[in-house]
Amino acid sequence: MMAAGQVTMTSGDPHLRPTTEDQVRDAVAWAAAEKTPLEIVGHGSKRAIGRPMQTAETLSLADLKDVTLYEPDELVLAAFAGTPLAELEALLAENNQRFEFEPMDYGPLLGEEPGRGTIGGMLAANLAGPRRLKAGAARDHVLGIRCVTGRGEIVKSGGRVVKNVTGYDLSKGLAGSWGTLAVLTEVTMKVLPRAQTEATLVLFGLTDSDATAAMSLAMGSSGEVASAAHLPESVKGRFIDGQLPRAATVLRLEGFGPSVDYRFERLAQLLAPFGPTERLDDALSRQLWQEVRDVKPFADGTMRPVWRVSVAPMEGHALVAALRLKAGIDAFYDWQGGLVWLRMEAGADAVGLRQAIRAVGGGHATLVRAAPELRRSVDVFEPQPGPLAALSARLKAEFDPIGILNPGRMAALKAPEPA
Amino acid sequence: MLKMPEPDADVLARRKSIVADLRDIVPGEGVVDATNEMRAFETDALTAYRQMPLVVVLPETVEQVSRVLRYCHKNGIRVVPRGSGTSLSGGALPLADAVLLVMSRFNRVLDIDYANRAVVVQPGVTNLGITHAVQDEGFYYAPDPSSQIACSIGGNIAENSGGVHSLKYGLTTNNVLGLEVVLINGDIVRLGGKHLDSEGYDLLALMTGSEGLLGVVTEITVRILQKPETARAALIGFPTSETAGQCVADIIAAGIIPGGMEMMDRPAIHAAEDFVHADYPLDVEALLIVELDGPEAEVDFLLAEVEALALRNGATTIRVSKSEEERATFWAGRKAAFPSVGRISPDYLCMDGTIPRKELPRVLAGMRELSEIHGLRVANVFHAGDGNLHPLILYDANKPGELAAAEAFGADILRLCVKVGGVLTGEHGVGVEKRDLMPEMFNEIDLDQQMRVKCAFDEKHLLNPGKVFPQLRRCAELGRMHIHAGAMPFPDIPRF
Ligand SMILES: Cc1cc2nc3c(=O)[nH]c(=O)nc-3n(C[C@H](O)[C@H](O)[C@H](O)COP(=O)(O)OP(=O)(O)OC[C@H]3O[C@@H](n4cnc5c(N)ncnc54)[C@H](O)[C@@H]3O)c2cc1C
Ligand SMILES: Cc1cc2nc3c(=O)[nH]c(=O)nc-3n(C[C@H](O)[C@H](O)[C@H](O)COP(=O)(O)OP(=O)(O)OC[C@H]3O[C@@H](n4cnc5c(N)ncnc54)[C@H](O)[C@@H]3O)c2cc1C
Repeated sequence: MMAAGQVTMTSGDPHLRPTTEDQVRDAVAWAAAEKTPLEIVGHGSKRAIGRPMQTAETLSLADLKDVTLYEPDELVLAAFAGTPLAELEALLAENNQRFEFEPMDYGPLLGEEPGRGTIGGMLAANLAGPRRLKAGAARDHVLGIRCVTGRGEIVKSGGRVVKNVTGYDLSKGLAGSWGTLAVLTEVTMKVLPRAQTEATLVLFGLTDSDATAAMSLAMGSSGEVASAAHLPESVKGRFIDGQLPRAATVLRLEGFGPSVDYRFERLAQLLAPFGPTERLDDALSRQLWQEVRDVKPFADGTMRPVWRVSVAPMEGHALVAALRLKAGIDAFYDWQGGLVWLRMEAGADAVGLRQAIRAVGGGHATLVRAAPELRRSVDVFEPQPGPLAALSARLKAEFDPIGILNPGRMAALKAPEPA
Repeated sequence: MLKMPEPDADVLARRKSIVADLRDIVPGEGVVDATNEMRAFETDALTAYRQMPLVVVLPETVEQVSRVLRYCHKNGIRVVPRGSGTSLSGGALPLADAVLLVMSRFNRVLDIDYANRAVVVQPGVTNLGITHAVQDEGFYYAPDPSSQIACSIGGNIAENSGGVHSLKYGLTTNNVLGLEVVLINGDIVRLGGKHLDSEGYDLLALMTGSEGLLGVVTEITVRILQKPETARAALIGFPTSETAGQCVADIIAAGIIPGGMEMMDRPAIHAAEDFVHADYPLDVEALLIVELDGPEAEVDFLLAEVEALALRNGATTIRVSKSEEERATFWAGRKAAFPSVGRISPDYLCMDGTIPRKELPRVLAGMRELSEIHGLRVANVFHAGDGNLHPLILYDANKPGELAAAEAFGADILRLCVKVGGVLTGEHGVGVEKRDLMPEMFNEIDLDQQMRVKCAFDEKHLLNPGKVFPQLRRCAELGRMHIHAGAMPFPDIPRF
């Protein structure tokens, strides 16, 4: 397979770069014996997310790479954890298939090159994109995994078939665990046919709250809308080379040509009360949704804090309105309003943000970009209430009793509470 | 027969005072200890196994659930959660020394939120109850187990249930947004909500399909969908199951994901036709029902493609539904497959393996051989689109040895499924039924790690013990690490 992008690490420490699963196990078992914390990296493309850690060693999966199974007719693909995502997406495209959940690329937002990242990192970060509304996230498409736990043991879960309830679903359980429970060594995913074509319906000039109502109406219709986003006035100029003249509410339709055309007409009728509609055809539509996916407006080369906020879809705009009264922010909405990308003009204001989230009925916020000093001083991931935090700590301890895998990345370092 | 954990003699001896203590927590009719009244709960839909519980408790509030669990935790009393008792794997089978915690009084729909497409319900609401609550506005809850009239949504969470529509719309796990769970120590935790991705570790994923071993679900937030504009089905007969299997593969390979794609073999077709008179062709070896849903233009376009693929694979009959009544008739036989098999045999065992689709011909051939070896008949219904087989093994429990033969036959089928790259259970759960087959799929290290997940939730193994794991190991023992300290043992791992 092709060469992985070279890893550049800030510390200058030599990395452990296993090329087999057994070597991963040996490395973790050694680290456990020595009580040496390990930072787990794929390509290091999302290193800027989460709490900065102090780890003595870095375990890079970048050389454990290859496709181990790809049967397009069976809609299944498996690869070693360090296989570049870009390579897998190219392979799928050759066969007219894709990861339906559209994993986002954090590179541009974090000031790194685009197109890096591994399949292990994709699952460890539970990546998703604008199609989240209809197709779910990486967790919804993982079929099986192999991993090395912090105990230095090779464990498998799941398989290669879609319907499987044999034992606990550890494959999904490791999704979004950011390398803190186990080191993934192999990942098996469900893949799906690419849509034949797509189009985007655009409504112009809506307020955030009217846009929310329009998106809700569209998503509650039988039009099979795949994605719904609202790009307010302040960000509209940074999409599709400045071709959006005003605030734009965008709805994506995908499928067979005649079906897309038919649904477009129906949707335009349904949304007529919100004003005239325009249509972006295939290529422009694809460009737009990739830019929404990768948070183009805030990929500005700065380290101004960026939050990724997940709330009930109808509440996103209310949250933003409340925050505007208190701080300088810029924001746009994906997932029908339920995913808010927030860029702060100054401080991160974690406390104020989290209060505001509670006030709109709950959800959570992750600080995905900030200078290291700031990441050290705030809770990057949503703090959890006592009993839930205790349960999470017990779960961590059952996978990684000594605490050597990405210690402190998701939660500040604390001794696990007794059961 | 399977061995269940030894009843705790001390708990049995304390039964009277335990019942009294539970009555303090759940007053009125909520505690049932009379033998004749408990009889209704002694089995689930795996009726070969029966056991009277210590006592039945029917709580009404989350505070009661929390207090009951905290009490049991403190006093070392086992607890078996139960929804509607339709489990086919014995998941809700009582234990002699355990409280049976029946969630049927949690039967309210709490919040219907069309704008966010979310519904909040209590766990005792039936699967179909959710759709009934929202259908006037054209919405429905997508996962549709055949037992949907009866089974509870709490049970669906515990089993990660699926249905005909799971091929396109996912299983329970893909349609749940949030849960309230009471842990065995009485702690109440909330996971997720109306937002799309839950925070922290994906405990929603671990809870879904955990078969009542990790916690008691007391509230559920699910996603609802707008009904597709149209749905039409094609009924297609094939001279061999191989050609039917190839047709399924070709449909998927053509980029078509039908709303449902089901297959029945000859014995199942005949049993269903005798029972519901769906006008199924009787001169075919395999029958395929392919349902397309969506806008009319798309459905028509795709049905034409499906017909062409069927003809290319030698289909001998093709009928496309022209009305809702006709579509319902096509499905009537499939939906009644279990009861119709129940008519032609005194008893049957329903198996639930999943295989890679392409292995279907090999597995069907293997099953025919096994049928001869074990001397028992088998009828097959099959969620063809996602490779989930339901072989129904026909036997007569009154004939000595037949239950044992049926179980041995079933175990052989599941071993075959695993051998070709599949799994032991696609949607019915491990329960007691497949518990002892777990080592066919997992080695000791895999199973120990799964048990450690259990330990994070329930370190005394009080919730639903004897299910899922062939052998229970103490959490303290599982937690121990055998560390081989020493010099860097891997000079061969590259570093740069
Ligand atoms: C929750 C979280 C918090 C983070 N916090 C910090 C931080 O505080 N400071 C910092 O510098 N970097 C942080 N990172 C970044 C991370 O440590 C790596 O930089 C990242 O894995 C780079 O790999 P990649 O480019 O392949 O990205 P990905 O491979 O996409 O990796 C993303 C995440 O997945 C994990 N991961 C990657 N491969 C595997 C695997 N095979 N098995 C298990 N886990 C894997 C990484 O540890 C990382 O946490 C964090 C990442 C995550 C997910
Ligand atoms: C005729 C028939 C057809 C079926 N068809 C299908 C099908 O198409 N697809 C499918 O997937 N299944 C099917 N099933 C199996 C069964 O209906 C499902 O497994 C269902 O989800 C069980 O729900 P229940 O409420 O009856 O749960 P029960 O049988 O009462 O319990 C099942 C498990 O869930 C646990 N549990 C129940 N409630 C809770 C709770 N609130 N909290 C924690 N744990 C709980 C129990 O401890 C037990 O382990 C069928 C069963 C029958 C009899």
